[in-house]
Amino acid sequence: MAPAGMEKDTMNAPAILVRDLVKDFDGIMAVDGVSFEVGKGEVFGFLGPNGAGKTTTISMLCTLLRPTKGTAQVWGYDAFHQPDQVRSSIGIVFQDPSVDEELTGYENMWFHARLYKVDKNVIDPRINGLLEMVELLDRKDDLVKTYSGGMKRRLEIARGLLHHPKVLFLDEPTLGLDPQTRRHIWAYIRNLNQKEGVTVFLTTHYMDEADELCGRIAIIDKGKIVALDTPEKLKASLGGDVVHLAIAECTEGCIEALRGVQGVHSVEPKEDGLILVVEEGAVTIPLIFDTAKDHGLVVQSVTLKVPTLEDIFIKTTGHGIRDEKVEGRDQFRSKGRHYMKRSRGKGGH
Amino acid sequence: MRVSSADIYTIWLREWKRLLRSRVRLIMSLAQPLLWLILFGTVFDRMFSGIGDPAEETISYKSFITPGIVAMTVLFGSIFAGIGIIFDREFGFLKEIMVAPVSRTSIVWGKALGGATSAIISGLVILGLSTLIGAEFTPDINVFLAAFLAVVITVLIALAYVNLGIAFATRIDSMEGFQMVMNLLVMPMFFLSGAFYPVDLMPTWLQVGTYVNPLFYGVDGLRHCFNGTAAAALPLGLDLVVLAGFTLLTATVSIILFKRME
Repeated sequence: MAPAGMEKDTMNAPAILVRDLVKDFDGIMAVDGVSFEVGKGEVFGFLGPNGAGKTTTISMLCTLLRPTKGTAQVWGYDAFHQPDQVRSSIGIVFQDPSVDEELTGYENMWFHARLYKVDKNVIDPRINGLLEMVELLDRKDDLVKTYSGGMKRRLEIARGLLHHPKVLFLDEPTLGLDPQTRRHIWAYIRNLNQKEGVTVFLTTHYMDEADELCGRIAIIDKGKIVALDTPEKLKASLGGDVVHLAIAECTEGCIEALRGVQGVHSVEPKEDGLILVVEEGAVTIPLIFDTAKDHGLVVQSVTLKVPTLEDIFIKTTGHGIRDEKVEGRDQFRSKGRHYMKRSRGKGGH
Repeated sequence: MRVSSADIYTIWLREWKRLLRSRVRLIMSLAQPLLWLILFGTVFDRMFSGIGDPAEETISYKSFITPGIVAMTVLFGSIFAGIGIIFDREFGFLKEIMVAPVSRTSIVWGKALGGATSAIISGLVILGLSTLIGAEFTPDINVFLAAFLAVVITVLIALAYVNLGIAFATRIDSMEGFQMVMNLLVMPMFFLSGAFYPVDLMPTWLQVGTYVNPLFYGVDGLRHCFNGTAAAALPLGLDLVVLAGFTLLTATVSIILFKRME
């Protein structure tokens, strides 16, 4: 089955391999020495605030942007020297819409199938099958300009799958969609990965999205990867759940006793009570209550905080992910366009 | 990735479908040349006794400007088609095409043929309408050969200027900017094309401008086919060679610039 050495390399290579990737937009380091690997069949997430370098990285992996330095390989092919092989192996859903609104949903799909040389005999059933999956079959002959934002997104996801890509790139797949549509799209992505075995590389600045979908997550900030692991391990790296007990007063003996409770890592007295870092809050809280009662403590209220990726993000980058609001994003977008314009003419494929 | 006729056809087909959906565009592209044709063709026709040696049979002014108006229609229709690239970039569809396993050359050819198709259709419609206001065709070569050559010249004009438009579109980001630059180019190109007046009536310095204007060779070529050799300024063969050379040049430049676009 594998006649040439080329083919063999491709088979053993990871789905994505990135080494020391750099993109310098005239002095601004959009991507600054990024390295990572994505295995075949993984759902890998790139998490970071707007402007962190997520889209720039995707653009380089998708052969749209030429890196300043470093290597990027997709399915064993070099993204700069073998762009055609890479393009045939990947499907992409861009951050910004990229459908032709003057064509119908079906025509958009058909156009894509032709460009990707999908076998003529299977084009029609394949399009209908995918449109059914994203629940657009009944709207397939309507012009895309009559679709809602969520419908366009679904159409793009279906289109990205048309040619059986090995790796599917999703750049902010649920940006600006309502919660219900987001859950739908998550279900499609999970389904695709599990049933069709498609490797998924997604970028997001939604913590819950990364947590929900990704087997592994790289946290990227200011063009650099600051953390890379499974969501569970990343969360565990924070030490555990945080329990806050509101207590009027408390003795040293009582604090000592709480430190002895199974699953409690640390107890810190604060002005308005105690902060406990515990193994598993839901299980440990009843034990804490028992000990408190034994020492005659009256607990006025309790709050449990389970660490989220947001906490990891703050811990690793020193700032929250939502610090930059829409304005920041728009600014970056317009900057991005500006860079594109200025970097034009410096080569490319 | 190799240049593929299937890819060119696919990209052309999209342009064609879009054109059929926006008939307004097609109609609007006819409005301006039609205005020229009616205004100049009917009004100026009464001012001039005719063009050519009065001793021999002269050509009516409306017949004289018909090749010019047809060339103008094709010029406008094709050069502004480059805006499609800017439009696709603005609305994101360009990325869909750029990441597809399709050669950049195929993309440019598909786009160019798409723009050229609508320009040529507009040109033919204007040609048909010109007969309605009384333009006459007096070629002194075989009528079928004249018709065939007229089609060849029309296609060359369309391809030359659609590629010129694409070349500019790869470098200009905004639709407004593109339109401004194109208007700036189109007007002198049109007035120095010999469409409205025989080139030998112009002062010398304007004649120079005319001879370096590639559109002039297109108009002159069409004049051979419509009005006959006496009305034309240069031999038909020379017109064809210069026009074909210019088409080759703009096609090459547009592909090179498109490939460099990131």
